[in-house]
Amino acid sequence: MELTIKYFGMISELTSCEEEKILFEQTTISELLKDLFKKYPDLKNKDFRIAQDRKLVSLDSLISGQELALLPPFAGG
Amino acid sequence: MERTLKNVFVKGPISSAFIGNSIAKHQSKTTIGAHNIFLGQVRADVINEKTVTAIDYSAYEDMANEKFHEIREDAFKKFNLTCMHIYHSSGRVNVGEICLFVFVSSPRRKEVFKALEYIVERIKVDVPVFGKEIFEDTSHQWKTNT
Repeated sequence: MELTIKYFGMISELTSCEEEKILFEQTTISELLKDLFKKYPDLKNKDFRIAQDRKLVSLDSLISGQELALLPPFAGG
Repeated sequence: MERTLKNVFVKGPISSAFIGNSIAKHQSKTTIGAHNIFLGQVRADVINEKTVTAIDYSAYEDMANEKFHEIREDAFKKFNLTCMHIYHSSGRVNVGEICLFVFVSSPRRKEVFKALEYIVERIKVDVPVFGKEIFEDTSHQWKTNT
């Protein structure tokens, strides 16, 4: 299955891209993250939350959406 | 009443002319007895002896606009408001310039004091906006809301 992953703020500096499409077989977000940590080892030390189809989700959530986003701490206002 | 999803983001700083025009537009709405306005301004913080000169804002705009919409709907439910406007900058905003403009109006003053604080606090916590603080020497760090 194909999924778009979006990166923002300091996370996009670390990945050197703002989004990428990946093929995945994992069922949960935490499993998918293990692969991302292999690709981007420094990601492990970063503070971020995950949104699936524009809603915040927990790590044990099932991947059911089209779009994931890795969101570093918010700084609006 | 369901309101349609608006784009809250404006490119660059929010000008005082824009803010003045927004106020002027409300003169025809004569049930309003009280306005309240919050203006967020970029501060020249000194961090490790380096001074911030600007913040470069980026956002997960699709999710952010949905969150702004949720906040707007919740505020209309909670408070007796006639209207509400929210604008947030994207891109570079220099120190001293305005990056957030929240404008609430009601028949009565007590509602707008409560509503404005509620809306601004929700924006700080719930909306995926990111701020790159740029220093004089062009180095940067990422801002975090406290």
